[in-house]
Amino acid sequence: MTDPNTTLSHLDPVAHEKPFLDANELVINMGPQHPATHGVLRVILHLDGEKVLGLECVIGYLHRGVEKIGEHRTYTMFNPYVDRMDYVAAVSNGLGYCETVERLLNVEAPPRAQHVRVILTELNRIASHQLWLGTHALDIGAITPLFYTFRDREEILKIYEKYCGARLTTHAFRIGGLQYETYTGFEKEVKNFLTFFRPKIDEYEELLTTNRIWVERTKNVGIISAADCIAFGVSGPVLRASGVKWDVRKAQPYANYKNFDFDIPIGENGDTYDRYLVRMAEMRQSVRIIEQAVDALPEGPIMAKVPKVMKPPAGEVYHSIEAPKGELGYFIVSDGSTQPYRVRVRPPSFVNLQALDVMCRGQLVADVIAVIGTLDIVLGEVDR
Amino acid sequence: MHEVIQYISSYLTSDKTPGAAGNMFWAFVYIMLVFLGLSVAVIAMNWLERKILAHMQVRLGPMRVGPHGLLQPIADAIKLLLKEDIMPAEADGFVFWMAPLIVVLAAFTVFVVVPFGPTHAVTDMNIGILFMLGVSSLSVLGIVMAGWASNSHYPLIGALRSSAQMVSYEVAMGLAVVSAILMTSLNASGTGTLSMIGIVQAQLAQGEWFIFKFFPLGLIAFFIFAVAMVAETNRAPFDLAEAESELTAGFHTEYSGFRWSLFFLAEYSAMIAVSSIAVTLWLGGWLRPFPNWLSGETWNQIFNLFPGVTFLFFAAICFYNTVRMPKHPLFRIQTLGLAGFGVVLGLIGLILFYPPVSGRMQDVFWFSAKVAGFMYMYIWYRGTFPRYRFDQLMQMGWKVLLPMGLGVLILTAGVALLQEYLKQIWHL
Repeated sequence: MTDPNTTLSHLDPVAHEKPFLDANELVINMGPQHPATHGVLRVILHLDGEKVLGLECVIGYLHRGVEKIGEHRTYTMFNPYVDRMDYVAAVSNGLGYCETVERLLNVEAPPRAQHVRVILTELNRIASHQLWLGTHALDIGAITPLFYTFRDREEILKIYEKYCGARLTTHAFRIGGLQYETYTGFEKEVKNFLTFFRPKIDEYEELLTTNRIWVERTKNVGIISAADCIAFGVSGPVLRASGVKWDVRKAQPYANYKNFDFDIPIGENGDTYDRYLVRMAEMRQSVRIIEQAVDALPEGPIMAKVPKVMKPPAGEVYHSIEAPKGELGYFIVSDGSTQPYRVRVRPPSFVNLQALDVMCRGQLVADVIAVIGTLDIVLGEVDR
Repeated sequence: MHEVIQYISSYLTSDKTPGAAGNMFWAFVYIMLVFLGLSVAVIAMNWLERKILAHMQVRLGPMRVGPHGLLQPIADAIKLLLKEDIMPAEADGFVFWMAPLIVVLAAFTVFVVVPFGPTHAVTDMNIGILFMLGVSSLSVLGIVMAGWASNSHYPLIGALRSSAQMVSYEVAMGLAVVSAILMTSLNASGTGTLSMIGIVQAQLAQGEWFIFKFFPLGLIAFFIFAVAMVAETNRAPFDLAEAESELTAGFHTEYSGFRWSLFFLAEYSAMIAVSSIAVTLWLGGWLRPFPNWLSGETWNQIFNLFPGVTFLFFAAICFYNTVRMPKHPLFRIQTLGLAGFGVVLGLIGLILFYPPVSGRMQDVFWFSAKVAGFMYMYIWYRGTFPRYRFDQLMQMGWKVLLPMGLGVLILTAGVALLQEYLKQIWHL
């Protein structure tokens, strides 16, 4: 499986295994309109009965040319567009973009802004993982967790709405800091949410973690080794579940994550169950980070001194953050004008999706659904 | 004219089912009643499933059409009937047309032998349970036909999954049923029965429900049946045939409108049918709790109150919610509707207190109550369990339930023989 010659040639129909006894290979189009492909992913499945011989992903149904749009907008104007990539983790996208441009401009956001950014981003991580959990469980057939997670995610969205007026595509951060000061009672509400949310994680776990059917459906399904993960560039919880302790927050600390004390949960087997456990543990870690950040929220300005018309010096910068789905990187080339010369996004979903074929070969159709769910892809980010 | 009236009224004093008594008129009436009752049950089940599932999932469920969404199933039925009848261009028209009919026929025909009471069945066949198992497994044919005729990949996979699943779970189911039938022969004459009514009467005669017989053997057999029947009806967590996240809608992906509603009707009546088998075989069918222990006229009187009290309780819930309705004028019709529904339920409850009625409806009430318990379990499973994968499902059927069923069957036979043997040496 780890041999790159076989794993990377999956687009070649000859390369995959032949059906049993020369039976007809069944080719099924799963998607782009399919309830379990999380948007408009189209998967062409080659099946021998129920067994998956190989699959190809066809993407691009949600392509909006975000990167190209970036070349025709000023740095400030492009900021809201990045929210539309991974729309369930818009705040993380914004953080990545703002920090990249800040590095290009050589400014740094003031400490208070950094703290608020960490709080909102970690809240976003929880929200994103909640959405993942609900849909993933729904794909595997447990319909109830979806409603529980959405009920609790609502509380996070309420905080966003109160902070910046938007719930989903928040546009919460600005280059150089924040546009808005936190509202009165922000700290208290965030803390209330944390006390509300901690028992809820236990509630989710109670529904699934020891559920026999859930364990049977997820253990040893969609296994990917650490070496394969690294070869494919897979990042985020998927990588960590395979046992690689790599988290951009610790490895290349950004914002002010180095001030906070948290662990990186890792798995062992790299199967769907481990990825589930890793994400559940990550939610708990996020709660820890938010708690520290709210307690230590400093006073002070929320905006650094940035010019009204941004003209970063010519040059290029690559900066990545740990988005809920993995490493989200921005590569921006500046030619010294008001608009970027080139914006390139390294979306975690897109890169993680490439591992789908390796993870699904030899498994059953039902496992493909489970694996798509566990990769936690958002098609808005895959297609951009 | 006189003969006709006599023909009709002669049955009323009989203690047989109309089929067994050979009374065509009453058989026809019973068929109509069963058909009507079943349709009402499916409609009620539709509403209850949505409501109960919704409350398990911290939401309200249907609330708009009628008070608390009571008219939602009717609105749905109208929508389905008015929909355009679509047949895919590449489909095999005749088979496509036949498939839902076969499924629905199989699901309804089994109710011919379901004993709602000692006299409340269309007929009493001496092969009743075999007839039920046989006819209900005919629906596999309809499902395979639906999957095949749709000429599409998802329905085909769904149909194949479904047929493999139903056929393999029928084996374990059959073994569990046989062990219950063995128990019916533990009487003075030593002959058992396959008649559904006979099975319940055997439980009455032996003084215990078969679920408690040879504890825990009866319980294990019941458990095997209870698992297999969920798989047999393609319900969660065994709903692979229509796993919406995998196969969009499984074998009925290409069906819509009236044809689809036939599948829906068949699915729910099949659920009721297999629950009736479980109730008849293990839970004492129409028998009220403790018919032997708490016997006598007083206890009969007390238990006769149950149906009426239940309906009055439902009516009370309606009135309680009528009071809780918003006082806004927009809600006036809904409030009145709910109150009206409560009045209807209350009237039914009052009628059920009338001794002749309550005496006759007693059996039907207990039978329906037990079946309703199973229906609730079905909804509960759906709200709780993730879905099994196909190979795990097969593994469970062949490697767990089948050996268990065989073991229970052999043990039951062994224990029964031992019991008879001991009886002989002690009494002789």
